[in-house]
Amino acid sequence: MEILLEKKKVFAYTAAHDLDPGKRSIVFVHGAGLDHSWFALQSRYFGYHGWNVLAVDLPGHGRSEGPPIPTITGMAEWVLELTGKLHVQKSSVVGHSMGTFVALECAARQPARVERIALIATAYPMKVADAFLEAARNNERAAFDMHTIWGHAPQVPLGGNPNPGMWMYGDTLARLRRLAPGVLYNDLKASNDYVFSGSVQCPVLFVLGSRDTMTPAKSGLAFSQAFKQSKIVTVAPSGHSLMAEAPDATLDALVEFFPKGT
Amino acid sequence: MAGPKYPGFDTLALHAGQSPDPATGSRAVPIYQTTSYVFRDTEHAASLFNMERAGHVYSRISNPTVAVLEERMAALEGGVGAIATASGQAALHLAVATLMGAGSHVVASIALYGGSHNLLSYTLARFGIETTFVSPRNIDAWKRAIRPETRLLFGETLGNPGLDVLDIPAVSAIAHEAGLPLLVDATFTTPYLMQPFELGADLLYHSATKFLGGHGVVIGGVLVDSGRFDWEASGKFDTLTAPYRGFHNMDFEEESGTRAFLLRARREGLRDFGACMAPMTAFQILQGVETLHLRMPRHVENTRRVVSFLEKHPVVERVIHPELASHPDHQLCKKLLPRGAGAVFSFEIKGGRAAGKSFIESLRVFSHLANVGDAKSLVIHPATTTHYRMSDADLKLAGISAGTVRLSIGLEDPEDLIADLDRALKAASRA
Repeated sequence: MEILLEKKKVFAYTAAHDLDPGKRSIVFVHGAGLDHSWFALQSRYFGYHGWNVLAVDLPGHGRSEGPPIPTITGMAEWVLELTGKLHVQKSSVVGHSMGTFVALECAARQPARVERIALIATAYPMKVADAFLEAARNNERAAFDMHTIWGHAPQVPLGGNPNPGMWMYGDTLARLRRLAPGVLYNDLKASNDYVFSGSVQCPVLFVLGSRDTMTPAKSGLAFSQAFKQSKIVTVAPSGHSLMAEAPDATLDALVEFFPKGT
Repeated sequence: MAGPKYPGFDTLALHAGQSPDPATGSRAVPIYQTTSYVFRDTEHAASLFNMERAGHVYSRISNPTVAVLEERMAALEGGVGAIATASGQAALHLAVATLMGAGSHVVASIALYGGSHNLLSYTLARFGIETTFVSPRNIDAWKRAIRPETRLLFGETLGNPGLDVLDIPAVSAIAHEAGLPLLVDATFTTPYLMQPFELGADLLYHSATKFLGGHGVVIGGVLVDSGRFDWEASGKFDTLTAPYRGFHNMDFEEESGTRAFLLRARREGLRDFGACMAPMTAFQILQGVETLHLRMPRHVENTRRVVSFLEKHPVVERVIHPELASHPDHQLCKKLLPRGAGAVFSFEIKGGRAAGKSFIESLRVFSHLANVGDAKSLVIHPATTTHYRMSDADLKLAGISAGTVRLSIGLEDPEDLIADLDRALKAASRA
């Protein structure tokens, strides 16, 4: 769906369903430089299994008008404002990579409005290599290459894609090429600079890739200790792009964690 | 700090798309000779059908062996993905049918394989899709031919049989300015000699029957999408950006972004037209792809030796090859094809049709047949075979005369090829 938020066009994928006040809602928040379709299989599943789905394109990404929001807290406020405008009083939030911090902030800022959060491929702090940040700041192709190669498990270029006929590296590169200059840097810097100082009381699911080089599983595991109600699923041998590399295992973890939609 | 590196072309040609089989440890790509795949339960079945989970349902739509070839070709071309088809012609049809319907229009190079020319001129016209043909070298003609209902620009990376080098950067710029994609037939160049997506093409396909397979034992095609064309921004492609009643009102672009074209092509095109590739065919083409990086340099080197020989031969009127300074695309060839201009080319023999007949029938190593890109050297007379349905005017535009002979240079000892040609040319001179 497309709506206006603060006079800017905003897009959120709803799996071809209207929002139904009688259903539970789940929000998907993508990672740096990506968009809603990074969750294509998983968001579609929930949309056809009794949930209201809002897989958002953050400002400056996918079909949402820019500019991008420079901080994680700003992104979280934006998500809460969007769901509020759509009369979604309570939702669960699934985040990937940078989106995991947005999910955390939503839960910390508005605990009454967030039921559960799932963090796919996360680590705290999420320090970005200087060379990666610098290349992104200069809008160099090298930044796309680092995002693509480090964003997948080492075996991906030589392995088989669970999605028949697709080439994961090519798909990531094609998405990054569509970004406006500066968007990737914005996201990487926001992730790099994020400081989590709040408190999350709701249940938290960690879905971690055992071969993730961007947010190593051991960092995610260490981070999970900060939460009282956390559940951890480690997916072998996935890298950072769990939704593409291990779509079924990722979906299974989400399905088990979230109660039935209605 | 040095950045991470992608695997090289040679490594991708051998490995992309396949891990050792998890069930058996098989290093070679297994041939999944099956029509269908057992569901875990009814929920799993429903999820696969509704595209909530990745996997295989029925081998017309996807097959694990075929998927290895598709992913490998996407990797070699730098695309988001690929769809293998029953033939190169099926790949062209799939591309066109995915992008447009009746009332649409294509602008195409006149220098096309005869089968492609037939499809666009006669068959698709019957279904309401018109084509305007232009000389590939006339850049202004491409622009002038675009109409409001145009949905595609199309040409061959190397035109058939005159080896017109398509100026992909220039033609793609015209296409993109008009909000249209450029599709190229990259059969003659293969990903080893040219990377069309890096030059600006949006979609490409191969007759995998040719150099990709290389052994002349199977027919196949593969259609690859760069994922770079923004269908939504163009606003001209309802098949990709409007709800499709044939699949739960799916808006393919909204659903999958960069994967929209391939998603529709697979979920509609393979489902409804059914021109899929068989797993055994995919396996055999994969055997060829694994040595593409070794074969293509030898094809090019042998071709250069033969071209050099023919160019000096008194019975040869002219040799049409873009690596020769006499070819109108010589400079463009140097720019776009630094690794070589392939192994298929034409020459004109003195003495017209009778000399051509005598020449072809005197060859012993070259095989007279309707194919190119085989490991074995091949010969054919285009005006009476591959292009015989074209009008005289179109033949002239495509650079084909009664004396044109097309060669496909294989991997034999080049001295044997030259001796064979020399003997046949002497016979032709006596005809």
